[in-house]
Amino acid sequence: MGETVHEASRPFFEPQGGKRGLLAWLTSTNHKRIGMLYLALIGSFFSVAVILGVLMRIQMLSPAMRLLDARGYNALFTMHGIIMIFLVVIPGVPTIFGNFALPMLIGANDMAFPRLNLFSWYLFLTGAVLAAVSVFTNGGAPDTGWTFYVPFSLKTTVNVPLATFAVFVLGMSSILTGINIVTTVHQLRAPGMRFFKMPLSVWGLYSTAWVQILATPIIGITMLLIIVERLFGIGVFDPTKGGDPLLYQHLFWIYSHPAVYIMILPAMGIISDLFPVFSRKNIFGYKMIAFSSLAIASVGSLVWGHHMYVSGQSDTADIVFSLLTFLVAVPSAIKVFNWIATMYKGSIRLEAPFLFALTFVFLFTIGGLTGLFLGALSANVQLHDTYFVVGHFHYIIFGGMGFGMFAALHYWYPKMTGRMYSKATAVLGWLLAFAGFNLFYFPFFIMGWEGMPRRYYSYLPKFAHLQFLSSIGAYVMVAGLAILIGNLLYHVRRGEEAPANPWGGATLEWTLPSPAPYENWEEPPIVTKGPYDYSGMGDGR
Amino acid sequence: MSGRERQGDADLAAGDRGRIGMWLFICTEILLFGGLFLLYSVYRYKHQADFHAASLNLSRFDGTLNTLVLITSSLTAALAVHELRGGRTAKARLFIAFTILFALTFLTVKGFEWGEKFTHGLYPDAAHLLSLPRGQILYFGLYFTMTGLHAVHVIVGMGLFGYALRSMSRGRVDADHPIYVENVTLFWHLVDIIWIFLFPLFYLIS
Amino acid sequence: MSDTDIERKGGGTAAHGPGYRSYLLVYALLVCLTVLTVTSASLNLGAVAIAIVLVIAGTKSIFVLLYFMHLRYEKRLLIKILIPIVVATLAIFIGLTYTDILYR
Repeated sequence: MGETVHEASRPFFEPQGGKRGLLAWLTSTNHKRIGMLYLALIGSFFSVAVILGVLMRIQMLSPAMRLLDARGYNALFTMHGIIMIFLVVIPGVPTIFGNFALPMLIGANDMAFPRLNLFSWYLFLTGAVLAAVSVFTNGGAPDTGWTFYVPFSLKTTVNVPLATFAVFVLGMSSILTGINIVTTVHQLRAPGMRFFKMPLSVWGLYSTAWVQILATPIIGITMLLIIVERLFGIGVFDPTKGGDPLLYQHLFWIYSHPAVYIMILPAMGIISDLFPVFSRKNIFGYKMIAFSSLAIASVGSLVWGHHMYVSGQSDTADIVFSLLTFLVAVPSAIKVFNWIATMYKGSIRLEAPFLFALTFVFLFTIGGLTGLFLGALSANVQLHDTYFVVGHFHYIIFGGMGFGMFAALHYWYPKMTGRMYSKATAVLGWLLAFAGFNLFYFPFFIMGWEGMPRRYYSYLPKFAHLQFLSSIGAYVMVAGLAILIGNLLYHVRRGEEAPANPWGGATLEWTLPSPAPYENWEEPPIVTKGPYDYSGMGDGR
Repeated sequence: MSGRERQGDADLAAGDRGRIGMWLFICTEILLFGGLFLLYSVYRYKHQADFHAASLNLSRFDGTLNTLVLITSSLTAALAVHELRGGRTAKARLFIAFTILFALTFLTVKGFEWGEKFTHGLYPDAAHLLSLPRGQILYFGLYFTMTGLHAVHVIVGMGLFGYALRSMSRGRVDADHPIYVENVTLFWHLVDIIWIFLFPLFYLIS
Repeated sequence: MSDTDIERKGGGTAAHGPGYRSYLLVYALLVCLTVLTVTSASLNLGAVAIAIVLVIAGTKSIFVLLYFMHLRYEKRLLIKILIPIVVATLAIFIGLTYTDILYR
């Protein structure tokens, strides 16, 4: 008995119950280990997709550059998109930080379905392997864009079936994660943790989980239909058989628009946890932020047609979707205002996680505002399928969710590793990443406005200067990312030992030792105060 | 609280979680088929006469028979859970065996139906089908896709029930641990509900 | 077997569900509704026919949900609201798609 208790209170990454090594990790149902397993995979996939992006920026250095021909470039941006969307940003926060932190945040010892959790990871790995195999078999990587639009995706002789099947498998993984999160939040909260005492990061994960459950099946059936169309010619998307290609777009975006909220909502939730900690002040408007997460999840599921304004959709649909698109900006704006208001008269500490959180707000706001341009029908006619769109979504996804992930990594690093990274190095990495990011992507808005189409393997001479600048920005940004990731990796073994609560947070994970123990609590903690209640906690230094 | 009571509470909590998880999964299945119903709805709206004409190729007798078979299998599945909860494991196993039998009957009838379509050239990309109006091509495209996906779920259900029989014979599923059978039965009822909609939409177009 | 025993064994806060008689009654109802829907189809009622078959299918489904799937006896609010949520979601997806289909 003593041996087991002692073992379960040791760090979660140390050997447990006689099992050691890789096999112990690959068969573990412990939520923290599974979170790390996801981090390992997603970090690798992110690096691969970044390299693909760098190759794209090399091709775009000059109009004459032919690193790849047109077909090769199409495959490049398709794989960059598939990896980034389905293997990095959709799973990213829920699987890494949802798994690692959610049980601790609500005072539980694990997720509701630990074995299903591990199964989700294996499904994720399977999807990734299938996507990789599709690059090297049956005609090679798809060149359709990650959106697989018909009729091209039905005709192109590359390995669309395997790639779309990979997406289907990844969708199953996402659904199971969503089911796990909803059940966990409903069933495993510690005594005293009512819904409105949960940290806002939990609200973010919870709202997202509903989108994962309700929207993902639609991409599942859509991918299956592509496969069935190609293999059997059923005709549902084939005009020669009476099919309507626009229905494909409807089905595709019915999922893929809510998908972007799967990407951003959990990150926003984590940011909502960071602002109070580093302003040492309760969050402004807790309930509004909680409800805005639900509002974004629901209203965000009604706007998919804004991807199709110029595809041949009816004018009525155009107007309806444009109106709904403007509405969905409101709850996001509420969050931004509340975050800023939290800082007012707060005691600000500019630690690395908060630096990233502030950057998130800045870049997400730019991305969000450019979304309004795109949501407006008249402007969209000019801007659709230009670099403006590419700039918009990189500001939101990368500037928003990406920097949000860095914020979360730098925040929970001590809980994951028991050590601290170098703040100075993190700031240097941040500086390069931030400067590089803006030099990289801001010109996209200008070029897009002036007519530079997206997904083109070359361009007119008039774009040469901005494209060149943009590529330089990309390389600077990648250097910054390398420094940031290197800093974190280096200090896993060599960093200074971190205390249980280095940031002075009031959420439950900070009551556990750093690194987190294998078993969180012997008895569930009794929750009496709110997640951002710093009374009686000193000044947090 | 005794150890046995604590275990009972833990079982209750686990049962609750399992049931919630299963219902959430059922939601995803409804939405999976929902995408297909969306397509059906649009194409039937656009080709009402063609859909009617195409449906004349289906046997209402076979469809009605299959509907009744599946409804009966739903009954036996529900009764299996009822018996299991009452501690009458042997009866429960009998009901599950009947459920599997009915499922097999359903698949057999479906197999014959599909076979008939094949011999009449009414399958996707068949020369004869392609010579028919587009609405009819779409009808059969949707027919095979939707009944096919449904049949896959019937097969999976049979497998899950088979595994239930095995678990019950080994004592791993019993009156104190009924959650596996309860959840598989929930899944099975969903399979029944999907067919309840597929039947009139494909067989009863007047 | 007392009620509390059955509740404890039942794997959760869901009540023990209906008795044999209820199951058989619902079954009989489902069979009758099946006969009804097949009959209505041969009456060739035109435009209203699809509404009738859908209403009957919906009714059959509701009985399966309430009695066979024990929703009528379900205590957890989360589970009770799931079907309405899913139906609403599907209705919205299909409805908004029709803003395109109907007006092109």
